[in-house]
Amino acid sequence: MMSEIRVIEVKEEILGDNRREADGLRESLRAGGTFLLNLMSSPGAGKTTLIARTIESLGQRYRIGVLEADIESTVDAERISALGVPAVQIRTGGFCHVDAFMVKNALDAIGASALDIVIIENVGNLVCPAEFDTGAHMNAMILSVPEGDDKPLKYPLMFTVCDALVVNKTDYLGMSDFDMPAFRQRVLKLNRGMAIFELSAKTGRGLDAWTGWLDGAVSSFLGRPAG
Amino acid sequence: MHELPVMQSVLVVVLRHASLHRVGRVHSIRLRVGLLSDLEPEWMQRYFDHLSAGTVAEGAKLVVEWAPAVFVCLKCSNRFELDHKRFDEVACPSCGERDFRLVSGREYHIVDMEAQ
Repeated sequence: MMSEIRVIEVKEEILGDNRREADGLRESLRAGGTFLLNLMSSPGAGKTTLIARTIESLGQRYRIGVLEADIESTVDAERISALGVPAVQIRTGGFCHVDAFMVKNALDAIGASALDIVIIENVGNLVCPAEFDTGAHMNAMILSVPEGDDKPLKYPLMFTVCDALVVNKTDYLGMSDFDMPAFRQRVLKLNRGMAIFELSAKTGRGLDAWTGWLDGAVSSFLGRPAG
Repeated sequence: MHELPVMQSVLVVVLRHASLHRVGRVHSIRLRVGLLSDLEPEWMQRYFDHLSAGTVAEGAKLVVEWAPAVFVCLKCSNRFELDHKRFDEVACPSCGERDFRLVSGREYHIVDMEAQ
């Protein structure tokens, strides 16, 4: 005879195993002096271009490496390698996001202990990557002007998990009805501490504020003066 | 789109608790998920059924409690729930202020399960 039905308390976080892995990763990277930045956006918002520009600006001061999580191709990894910095492809197995277990393997492959900054170019997607802690010390996202100023309403979670937001392709502002003040207010309602940078990675306009801010964050992380 | 790895994570936890409590069958699993998460209940159940086949959790029904998005008014500190996809159309229901901040809506927990 079967026993009675009973309620078993579980009280555990969903994806708790990934969170624990991410916490461990964050800690060991901190001890080893490597800053991990997780960069997220829609496809085509300009992740690879922003990373290339950031490397051009900070590559003399820091040893930088890139983990590329493009689902299918190696195009982005080749573009980054052409800049002379190490790049490793993260194999997501077709998944729409990167998790801490995948990042750990890729960090071993790239030799993270010899690098000051590792940038994860996450899968182009504003939904799934927001749910998975990668072990990064900082989450940043890009929203490009052609995508529209309503995205905080459609993808609120992404805007709540990031520390910094790059509004890219500001060279398109004159050609669109993107309402920057309304957009900023929506973002800040979801995430009061969000650092927002308006720039064009293509023309370089506004880029210094972003790279200067990142430089400050990394130098304080590493315990050395900013450039 | 990410329901598969999420449900895999749920199943691992459920099976661990099932084994710990020596139960032979899990009937239902209660989850508490913030409305900010884009999880589709239909796909959660379908993936869970697929993953749990042949385990003690096969056939278990997922019961999802959705936790609301809660905002706090910056003027009067009133806390209120609202549709997180329409948050820029409304004002604080208490004082009418339009400047407020999100305080919760990201819960992601397995609460309990019914088993025998």
